[in-house]
Formats: sequence, structure tokens, C-alpha cells
Amino acid sequence: MTVKKLEKAAFDKWVSACITSQRVFGVQAKEDRFVFAPLANAADLRLDYDVTILPPKKYFQPPRETLLKFDRNEGFESVFDNQPFVLFGVHPYDMVAISQTDKLFSQEHCDTHYVNRREKATIVACDVQNASKDVFAGCMGTATVNDGFDILITKIDNDYLVDIRSEKGQALAETIKDAEDADDISLKLRKLVWADNAELLQKHKLNVRPDVLPKLLGRSYEHPVWKEKSERCYSCGSCNLVCPTCYCFDVRDDVEWNLQKGERYRVWDGCLLAEFAVVAGKHNFRANRADRYRHRYYRKGKYVPEKIGEVACVGCGRCITACTANIANPVEVYNKLVDEGK
Amino acid sequence: MCKCDSNKDIYLPLPATLGKVQPMTNLESFFSCQLDSGKELGHMPGQFVEVSIPGIGEAPISVSSSPTRKGSFEMVIRKVGNVSQSLHGLNAGDKIFIRGPFGTSFPVDDAMKGKDIIFVCGGIGIVPVRSAIQYVLDNRDDYGRVIILFGAKTPSDRLFVEELEKWREDKNVTLLETVDHRDESWSGPEGVITTLLPLVKIDKDNTVVVICGPPIMYKFVIINLLEAKLKEDQIYLSLERNMKCGVGKCGHCQINNIYVCQDGPVFKFSDIKDIEEAL
Repeated sequence: MTVKKLEKAAFDKWVSACITSQRVFGVQAKEDRFVFAPLANAADLRLDYDVTILPPKKYFQPPRETLLKFDRNEGFESVFDNQPFVLFGVHPYDMVAISQTDKLFSQEHCDTHYVNRREKATIVACDVQNASKDVFAGCMGTATVNDGFDILITKIDNDYLVDIRSEKGQALAETIKDAEDADDISLKLRKLVWADNAELLQKHKLNVRPDVLPKLLGRSYEHPVWKEKSERCYSCGSCNLVCPTCYCFDVRDDVEWNLQKGERYRVWDGCLLAEFAVVAGKHNFRANRADRYRHRYYRKGKYVPEKIGEVACVGCGRCITACTANIANPVEVYNKLVDEGK
Repeated sequence: MCKCDSNKDIYLPLPATLGKVQPMTNLESFFSCQLDSGKELGHMPGQFVEVSIPGIGEAPISVSSSPTRKGSFEMVIRKVGNVSQSLHGLNAGDKIFIRGPFGTSFPVDDAMKGKDIIFVCGGIGIVPVRSAIQYVLDNRDDYGRVIILFGAKTPSDRLFVEELEKWREDKNVTLLETVDHRDESWSGPEGVITTLLPLVKIDKDNTVVVICGPPIMYKFVIINLLEAKLKEDQIYLSLERNMKCGVGKCGHCQINNIYVCQDGPVFKFSDIKDIEEAL
């Protein structure tokens, strides 16, 4: 479609117009870190952020999400959240993660709770301006992204290139439809940004191509690294919590005070938590920390790739930052498997 | 993203009404159930349903009756969790809610046809297998010999006591039973279920074995069967995990790369023998 070029003032004006007409969530500062949150003023939008504490998955699969309402006499009724919204400032690696979860929730048995919400969203992605301390998206091929979003923003010097890619994007960019198109020089500079980001977003260096990971894991099941690392694991699930591609959930019921009506909701769950594979009767099919630790790596590097054809680690580095025991660096683990597999 | 109806909900349970409710042992009760829509459940032997009680939750439960027996379907539920405890407090006429059926089934219409069938059931493992046993008995001419091996912890843990007697008297069925720990009421064999296997003359080229029981049982039964020269693709097992969503999303029932709720609960042994977390 088209790429518009806006100066800072025009860009802010456009963001303000979006806020007036739609429900907008955007990246903002929270003390010395960043979060996705409801956006009230264009001035609060921080597209220069490095990484957000939680990934934007919380808008498609909320941490606590009502699935059904019930009345004990009348039974269950579906609850869908169909309110349109705009998500402003999604980094490429997070965009790739969203596209992966799109596939996982829609393939085979389509999860309409997720899909309905996702289809109502307009995603404004943005190229990374500042690398976070643990990002390794450059090694995972996710430092830049070419699809899934409705609009892509790239900052070139003091200007913003607004790349409009879909009908939803066009609708959101209605107020800037008469802005000037990006010139060739700007578009060339954008290519440089992409090339630079692929290099810069490698704070940890993976010594293997990501597409080799399924095969690498295929011969590493008994590798000592799983036990070694997991000996310090607190089973806290922080790595699951902050991961943009973790989507496992628990389903629970909640009753109102009258014990008559209530709701069934799902909450984020994590395979590192000790109780994750417990069945009724208390037998735990993954009682061992090392087994849980390994399972997560295998999901990201082997099992999910077998389902969707892509490695389910996008190199955001959030798990590295979040892990209190300092054992969650995927690059360290994978490099160890490569070195010792030789 | 997806062309399906946006109002379709894979998590929406449908109303059903309990028919007969009857305690079977200290822990297990029998429930018959009919969908309020009047439709058949439409399951095959070995599949499971998600049973809901509003306000309590949902739990995966094996269907214990054969689809050849029309009208209602049957379940036997051990009280071990929140949902099963609550189910035990319900009576005939009470409402429950059902999703499913889910998962794979015993190959009653394929690999089992024309073959001698050995059912190996440990304890509550007889519950899903009973569906296949009934199916086979209702189509008796389609199969060779039918041999049922059943092991319970103690005589008072035996399930389907009346049906066991019917099978014992049926000339077309061989039923062998054992208990781990005998008491005065039991004059039959004592010992684990593998002690029954040497009593069966296995036609190694013409037999399919169906196994369901506690996790520890599988390894020992399978070792015995392989020693009797059965091939790995002649052995089918039903595995238990926490099949929470039933539709391959929530992640709880995963065994390495497979989802028990979708790829199982019935597996051919040759398909899972190299899957590390399976057995």
C-alpha cells in the first residue's frame, strides 16, 4: 500500500486523532521501564522504548479472561470481547510472537475467544530504536518483521515513516491520507535501519541458525544442561509469565455471593510451575524440575515448531531479565548444546 | 485469520441430565447420562468427555459405555478432585454439562476386527475399556476370541461386579481376574495382573491387546507381551493426563510433543514407545 512520512508534530497529531476516535493501548514509561497501557496522550507514547515488561499478548489473551457465564439452573453462555482497539508500538519480535499465537489458537479447534479479540485489533508495529540489554532478536530473524501488522512505523532522523499495510491500517490512517509519501531516500534509510537492527539486536550471540534448533534439540534430550541449570530453578514461572509465545492456561470457576451465578475464566499458567502436570489424585507427571525446565525449551525449539513451522522463541530476552536465578538465557543453553554436541 | 463462525465456542458445555446414579465401591460411582438435546453423544470406545458442574469446574471423564447401546451414555467416576467429589453428591434427574467427545478411540472397526482381543484392565482402567468390551460383544461375530484380564487392589475395589459375572458366564468370553490383596470374600487368584498373562494362550500373529490401568502397570504388561512375541503395533493403550481444555490449547496434557486430548488418550504402543514422557 503506501508509506507516509510525518514530522514529529504531525505524527503526534495523528496519534492524538487515533486516541480520540478509538480505544488505544500504547507503550509508556513505568518508572525506569516500559509497559503497554491505555494511552491518554500522544506525548506519553514512547516509541523509543527498549522492551516492555510484559509482552502485548495480554491484550489478546488477558491474564484473566472470562470465557463463559453460568447460572446454576440455566447453564452456560459464551462471553466474547468484541470491542475494537488499537495497539500502538509493537516491536517486530513481539509481532512475530503474535502471529505465531494467531496460528496456534486458530488452527484445528478455533478458539473464538482469542480470534474474535485479535480480529478486532489494529496493530501498529514499530521498528526498534533502542536495544534492550538482553535482546537477541537479531539471532532469531525477528529484529524486523514483514507481516501481521496493519501499520509499521520507522523513525528516520526526526521523521516517522508510516507504512500502511491493510484496510484496518488505512482506516486508522484516514486523517493522514493527504500527508506526503515517503521519498526514496527515506525508504533507503529505512532499509539501513532494518539492516542495523538485525546486527544491533544481538546482545547475546546464538552460535547456530534458529531453524537448526529442532534438530539440535532432537539429539539433546539427555544433555546434562537441563539438570545443571534447573538445579537453581525456583519453579516460579517468571519465564512463562513474560514470554510472548507462552500461552498455556488454567480454567477455573468463580461463583457470586448468591452461589447461583458465576463465571468460568481462564488464567495464564506456566509449565515451570510445580503443579502444572498434576492430575486428579495428585499424581504429578512432571514432578522433576529438570523435566519441567527441559519441557519449556522443547516447546519453544521443537514441539511448537512442529505444529507451525517456526521456532517459538523470538529473542525478546524478557526471560533472561525476569529470571531471578539467572538460568533462563536460551542463548546460553542452545550454545552449550551446540558446543558439546560437536 | 480463520473462517469459522465467530459465535462458535469450543469451551461451551451442553446441558445433560443424570439418569441412574449408583455407588460401586467406596470411591467410585456409576452415572448414566443423556444430553438434553436428545442427540446421541456420538462417541467411539476410548474417547472422553469434559464434565462440568457450574461453580465447581470441569474434569475429563472417560465414557464407559459403548455407542452400540443407544440413548444414554455411562461414566464411572472416582472421587478424587473437586468436580468428581461434587458429582458424587448428585442424584438422578440432576443436571450436569458436557463437552465432547474428545480424543482417539480403540480401533474397534479397524485393527481389532477379525482378531483375538485381549483386554488388560487394572483397577479403574476397566472404565474406558468397558466401552470397547461392550462394542466388541455387541458385534461378537466380527472378532476372534475375547479375553478379559482384570486386576483390582482388593475384592471390594472390583468394578462392574454384575457385568463381570455375565462375562464369566458368557461362553464367547474368557474372563480372568486377580486381586493384589485377597480377603475372606475372595477365593480367586491373588497377585498383580501380569500373573494372569501366562494363563492366556496368545496367537501372536492374530491378536490385538488393549491396556488401561495405573501408570506403573503398562511397562510390566508390555514387557510380558513383547516376550510373548507380540509386535509393538498390536498393543493399544489408553493414557491419563490432565486434559483440561480437551482441544489441544491449554498445554496441561502434553506428553513431549503430543497432546493426550487430541492425539490420545488411546495410543498404539509403536507410536509412543520412543516418546520419553509417555510411559
